[in-house]
This record gives sequence, structure tokens and C-alpha cells, in this order.
Amino acid sequence: MKTIKYIFAGILFGIIMTKAEVISWYRIQEMFRFQSFHMYGIIGSAVALGMLATFLIKKLRLRSIQGQPIAFNDKKKSIPRYLIGGVLFGLGWAMTGACPGPLYVLIGHGFGVILVVLASALLGTYVYGLFRNKLPH
Amino acid sequence: MNKSWFYNQNNQIVLELIKQPWAWYIAGPLLALVAIALLFFGKSFGVSATLRTTCAALGAGKKTSFFHYNWKADRWNILFVIGAIVGGMIASQFLMHPTVSVSPDTVQDLQKLGIQDVSGLAPADLFGWQAVFSLKGMVVLVLGGFLIGFGARYAGGCTSGHAISGLSNLQLPSLIAVIGFFVGGLLMTHYLLPLILQL
Repeated sequence: MKTIKYIFAGILFGIIMTKAEVISWYRIQEMFRFQSFHMYGIIGSAVALGMLATFLIKKLRLRSIQGQPIAFNDKKKSIPRYLIGGVLFGLGWAMTGACPGPLYVLIGHGFGVILVVLASALLGTYVYGLFRNKLPH
Repeated sequence: MNKSWFYNQNNQIVLELIKQPWAWYIAGPLLALVAIALLFFGKSFGVSATLRTTCAALGAGKKTSFFHYNWKADRWNILFVIGAIVGGMIASQFLMHPTVSVSPDTVQDLQKLGIQDVSGLAPADLFGWQAVFSLKGMVVLVLGGFLIGFGARYAGGCTSGHAISGLSNLQLPSLIAVIGFFVGGLLMTHYLLPLILQL
């Protein structure tokens, strides 16, 4: 159970992303063209429920299944890193029609060529690590 | 109300859930439940961190301090994405509905850009193996992937970490990142992608 619960969570994630068509390149195009409410509804309702859960966890001081207090880490305050990094990520998201989660789900669907995208994403992560100290944060 | 009616209704419901795509008001809350489950496992939902974990596991820590950390503590996120791959396999084999329902406006826009075949989950020209042998295919796959990896780490998270976990925790940095995601996405969709597709 120690490890398998993460695999189960991932399986559920993969099924949701498929059945809601979030892994479809067309759905991402549709979102960035404001031609359907679908993706906005998914993200919006997930955030709404997530906010409620986060509020309740803090308010009621709920604990994890290991008995530890559930901690939320505040993100470091900055503008350039989130804005520049965010724009670069958005360019890639709209190009491939996939953010990191769907990349893995698509591989499960048999899209072998997505391995090229994944390898490039690993390279991008690595290159960021190399040049991190030279970039504005 | 007899028993067989009840069972029939139930079977019907199960079948419909498989045959139909899920509406946003089903998928969104379910996605939140995955994130909430991870919170109760003592973790925070964020997929792009797996890319850093993978780099570290492959030995990138020898070169750069950014990857020199106790990545074994983050092994859970590798298990999560293995699950996501398995979930994709299960869904494609047993749960897939026939066609993705895209807005006719989007179909029309894409056809103007030269994408005639809008079947499946992605256009075969860009996401079939033949894409590797075309310039536009390679740009989309390699440059697109690079930007996802570089941008997500620079911004400190992707759609899951910032848009879902971060916004749920009312983090202003996450809102800035999400605005960035959309600025980049809109630029690509409306100005750059039409140029790339002409390559």
C-alpha cells in the first residue's frame, strides 16, 4: 500500500484525463481559441473544490494518513520567474497540446512519438538546471 | 419498483459513463479528488516535478547542483506518472469513446490552417511517426517539448502544480504563472502556430 496508492492515483488521473478529453490536442486549441467552456469548466471546478478542501484542511488542522499535519508551502514571491517561465511553458503547451500530465497519458495511449516530446522536456528541464543562476528569478 | 429495473438502470449508467465523454462538472471535481488524495498521502499534486526527479535519477546531479538533492524522497511522483501511463493504456483499451467532440468553430479554424484530418486525439501529421520526418513536426515535438520542460521548471510548476494546487492555496505567484501560461498559449495559437504549420 505504501507505494501502490500513488500508482492508483496515477491510473485514476490517466482515466479522467482521457474521458474528459483533456489529452486531446484539439481540446487545447479549442481552449486557446475560446470556442468552448469545457477546459475552463474542468480547471475552474477543480480549483473551486481544491480551494474548499485546502480551507477545510487548514481550518480543521487535518492530518495525513501518516498522522503528520498537512503542510502547504507558500511559493516564493517574485514576478519575473513566474511570468517568463509561464509564458515559455504556455508556448510549449499550445504547440504540443499537452502539459506534462497528458504527455504520460498519451504515451499510455500508444502515441510513441510523444516520447520525443518527453525527451525534449527532460532536456529543457536539464538546461534550466544548467543556466538557473544566470536567469532572472 | 422491482429489482431488475434497478439493476438495468445501474448497468445502463455504467455503460453510459464508458460510452460518453465526461462533462467538465464530472471531470473537474474528480481531478480535485486526485489532488486532495495526494494531500492526504502527505504530497502535493504537481506533474512537472517528475521531470526534475527523472533528471536527478539519471545522474544530472553530478553536473549541476539543481539536480543534486535527495530525489529518492520524490520517488512517489515517478510512481504517479507510471500510473498515468497505465491509466492511459486502460482507458484506450476499454473506456474510449469513439470521437472527440470538438467545437465546429475550432475544426473550421484548423482546416483554414491546413489541418484537414481532425480525427483521433491529435492530428497525425504532427503526432504520428511521420512527423519526425517533417520540419514542422520536429519543431512542434522537439521545441514544444523543450519549452514545456524549461518553462515549467523556470516557473516552478505546470498546470497541475500552479493552476490546480497553487490556485487552490490562493498563491499569487501561481496566478502570475497561470496568466503567463495563457499569454504564451494565446501567442502560440494565434500568431506562431499558423507560421509553424506552413513550414
